[in-house]
Amino acid sequence: MATAQTNSNLVEMAWDPITRIVGSLGIYTKIDFGKRTVAECHSTSSIFRGYSIFMKGKDPRDAHFITSRICGICGDNHATCSCYTQNMAYGVRPPHLGEWIVNLGEAAEYMFDHNIFQENLVGVDFCERMVRETNPGVWEKAAKTEAAHASAHGYRTIGDIMKSLNPLEGEFYREALQMSRMTREMFCLMEGRHVHPSTLYPGGVGTVATIQLFTDYLTRLMRYVEFMKRVVPMHDDLFDFFYEAMPGYEKVGERRVLLGCWGSLQDPEYCNFKYRDMTDWGRKMFVTPGVVVDGKLLTTDLVKINLGIRILLGHSYYDNWEGKEIFVKNDPLGNPVDEHHPWNQHTIPKPQKRDFDDKYSWVMSPRWYDGKDHLALDTGGGPLARLWVTALAGLVDIGYVKATGTSVIFNLPKTATKPEVSFEWKIPKWSNTIERDRARTYFQAYAAAAALHFVEQALKEVRAGHTKTWEPFKVPKDAIGCGFTEAVRGVLSHHMVIRDGKIANYHPYPPTPWNGNPRDIYGTPGPYEDAVQGSPIFEENGPGDKFKGIDIMRTVRSFDPCLPCGVHMYLGNGKVLEKRHSPTLLNQVG
Amino acid sequence: MAATKPEDALVHVLWINAGLSCDGDSVALTAAMQPSIEEIVLGALPGLPKVAVHWPLIDFECGPGGMGEPGADTFIKWFYKAEKGELDPFVLVVEGSIPNEAIKKEGYWCGFGNNFETGQPMTTSEWLDRLTPKALAVLAVGTCATYGGIHAMAGNPTGAMGVPDYLGWNWKSRAGIPIVCVPGCPIQPDNLSETILYLLYQATGQAPMIPLDENLRPKWLFGQTVHEGCDRAGYYEQGDFTTDYGSPKCLVKIGCWGPVVKCNVPKRGWMAGIGGCPNVGGICIGCTMPGFPDKFMPFMDEPPGSKVSAGISGVLGKLVRNLRGITERTLDKEPKWRHRGEELTTGYRKPW
Repeated sequence: MATAQTNSNLVEMAWDPITRIVGSLGIYTKIDFGKRTVAECHSTSSIFRGYSIFMKGKDPRDAHFITSRICGICGDNHATCSCYTQNMAYGVRPPHLGEWIVNLGEAAEYMFDHNIFQENLVGVDFCERMVRETNPGVWEKAAKTEAAHASAHGYRTIGDIMKSLNPLEGEFYREALQMSRMTREMFCLMEGRHVHPSTLYPGGVGTVATIQLFTDYLTRLMRYVEFMKRVVPMHDDLFDFFYEAMPGYEKVGERRVLLGCWGSLQDPEYCNFKYRDMTDWGRKMFVTPGVVVDGKLLTTDLVKINLGIRILLGHSYYDNWEGKEIFVKNDPLGNPVDEHHPWNQHTIPKPQKRDFDDKYSWVMSPRWYDGKDHLALDTGGGPLARLWVTALAGLVDIGYVKATGTSVIFNLPKTATKPEVSFEWKIPKWSNTIERDRARTYFQAYAAAAALHFVEQALKEVRAGHTKTWEPFKVPKDAIGCGFTEAVRGVLSHHMVIRDGKIANYHPYPPTPWNGNPRDIYGTPGPYEDAVQGSPIFEENGPGDKFKGIDIMRTVRSFDPCLPCGVHMYLGNGKVLEKRHSPTLLNQVG
Repeated sequence: MAATKPEDALVHVLWINAGLSCDGDSVALTAAMQPSIEEIVLGALPGLPKVAVHWPLIDFECGPGGMGEPGADTFIKWFYKAEKGELDPFVLVVEGSIPNEAIKKEGYWCGFGNNFETGQPMTTSEWLDRLTPKALAVLAVGTCATYGGIHAMAGNPTGAMGVPDYLGWNWKSRAGIPIVCVPGCPIQPDNLSETILYLLYQATGQAPMIPLDENLRPKWLFGQTVHEGCDRAGYYEQGDFTTDYGSPKCLVKIGCWGPVVKCNVPKRGWMAGIGGCPNVGGICIGCTMPGFPDKFMPFMDEPPGSKVSAGISGVLGKLVRNLRGITERTLDKEPKWRHRGEELTTGYRKPW
């Protein structure tokens, strides 16, 4: 990546490391300032740790403790997914109460994580200060535009909403940060510690289930429900304004509708963790698993989803494992399992120089094979795929949440100062930056509404005297297991092979490899790359010392990147400017 | 530092999250409430200097310039400024273990921004080489950065280690401060924010040298064992051990290492006194210890060393439990003078 100048309009720019995400991500692009679009984008991760390598030979019961450490914001999603995988491998079914407790913990994780990411990380891209600096014209308009739902959230204009999102000075920014703590307290009630839980085990949980536990949770949950009654309309107003103020903004970060969701939150009435029944209990999950292509729901069958997963290498720093041992030739139903399926993957790192024409990332390229193509599915940052699949499937109906076939309705009960409120998330026209962000807010309401159901179910168990939360098990000599759930930012799977009572193979696939991967062997770009490539630039600053690339940053962040990884953009024809920027946010010195 | 009043001093905090980490310590710090990050940055406590935090997790700045090209708000420029000696003083925070970049021919295990001269990622170890000689203090956060942690487990391909392993255990900053280690996987939120607060007071001459133990941990946070602060220690004393998860009793027979692990979490809770480990049903897996994780695995087996001590407690404790049972039954009854009727039996002599 020397200072190559491709033509007078094409400028290379690098963002590295990207802030306000989790982990180290790099995106390198060429921007055509003549056409005001991004011509090319590469996404790269700058960290390798080697979980699949150092887990080999370890006790399988250590898997959830270890894999939790993959992620520092949704580690519990990994721990949960690993426990699901172990439950399958050990043939153990936790007591219902144990599952309700896991669901309550995971729901709290969604409530916390989406909240802090949306308001304290993404929100800054929409705050007064940022918009003033990148799009002064848009700011002027925002200050004059009345907010349609002002009575629901208390902000008179869009400009007032933007001001409230200013880092630290913004009132809503601080409130949201505080809310992220209260929701983490809810999490800790159920899973002990955030972000690496202490009370999750295969077979259930170590949490002591008492009336106090659920009362402490429910009290906080109702405060969050009240908060969401303001947050949903406030974000609708903000996001609608962007379409209105910048016609064509729907093209920012737009890509073909290629969405995957692996389902989340088990129903203990149905989930027995047996592979042969997985199709049935998968469809009973409180967030439906499925794949949506061009607006059509291809499947809701977890077995089909499982068998379609392929791990391609392409432009990442690994050697191919063709010809190496195949661990699982057939799944427990007799279906053939591909050599490039995670059950059969071998991780062979090959550190080398970064070269954007050749190998440039530590992230592999997961794809979903529909029988014809290796589809580069994305997760829409998590919520977009979850809502889209759940809406189309129309399977979820628990009163507080109802999927209709075209939408998902949330019914939030009366709270301290607000009456009963219903919200409806409708399938949007685009899979783009704004809709990924909007879905996040709605999914916070989803998680809260589902948690109300889980608290009721858990209390029913406790009141009936069923306080057992854990079921004993034995680790078999040889076994396989798989687990599927939704990490906060999207699909999560774990695949394990046990031999002689030890881990012979373990491959976790979190959402960010799906979203943030480099070009695969077929040259198909990963979703970040694809969404940024061809995306229009609305920023009013031209190339040079004021340009921030805000539209690109909004797009990358809309996927909720969570990887020890980075997005780089590189401006090739410019010189380094000495201009000093006024200190900002946490580096406020004045 | 030359400022007359501590409140007028400016201390930069440079945060490198690009060791082999999960960013869990960054995330955990946003949960801190004693003090919170906003209280530190907004100067909400007396004597706090002005603090300029350059922290990837929530930094406003995120412009291009990752290859040295122009663009607004380039985050990485602060690290280059520090290298040039333009930021003084600064505290360097390191999150994640340090891989051994010397064991391979080329490429990188982890990088943080780019080396503008080579166009390749700047490795985290190279940043340490460049910045640590200039730092007022180096703060290693989380067990990966302090001692290697999960990513330094047996069989790991990267040769990962902690910051003291990389810089040397006797390393001292130019101000004479040893590496300050706040372990925990992740850190308990308030343990870290409190340590940062201490260092800011020390940096401005308001506090003496931070007291550290032999493993460079703040003494007042890591001086006691999990067991000493555990509200289930009473069950241990009475020899009452569970063999099932989900029980309120002592967990040592099912994998809890609390009796020998230095950590204050059961006492402090995870946040706002809520959550924790053995106190809420989670076995202690020793995540604050230099021997973590290998010396504690398999996590769900009884620690070999506890068999003797817990065995003794099992015998004596049963006796204690029985005797206490008798006392408890007595104490569970009200004294007999609380009754209706014409008689007063409290021992008071009626003068009327």
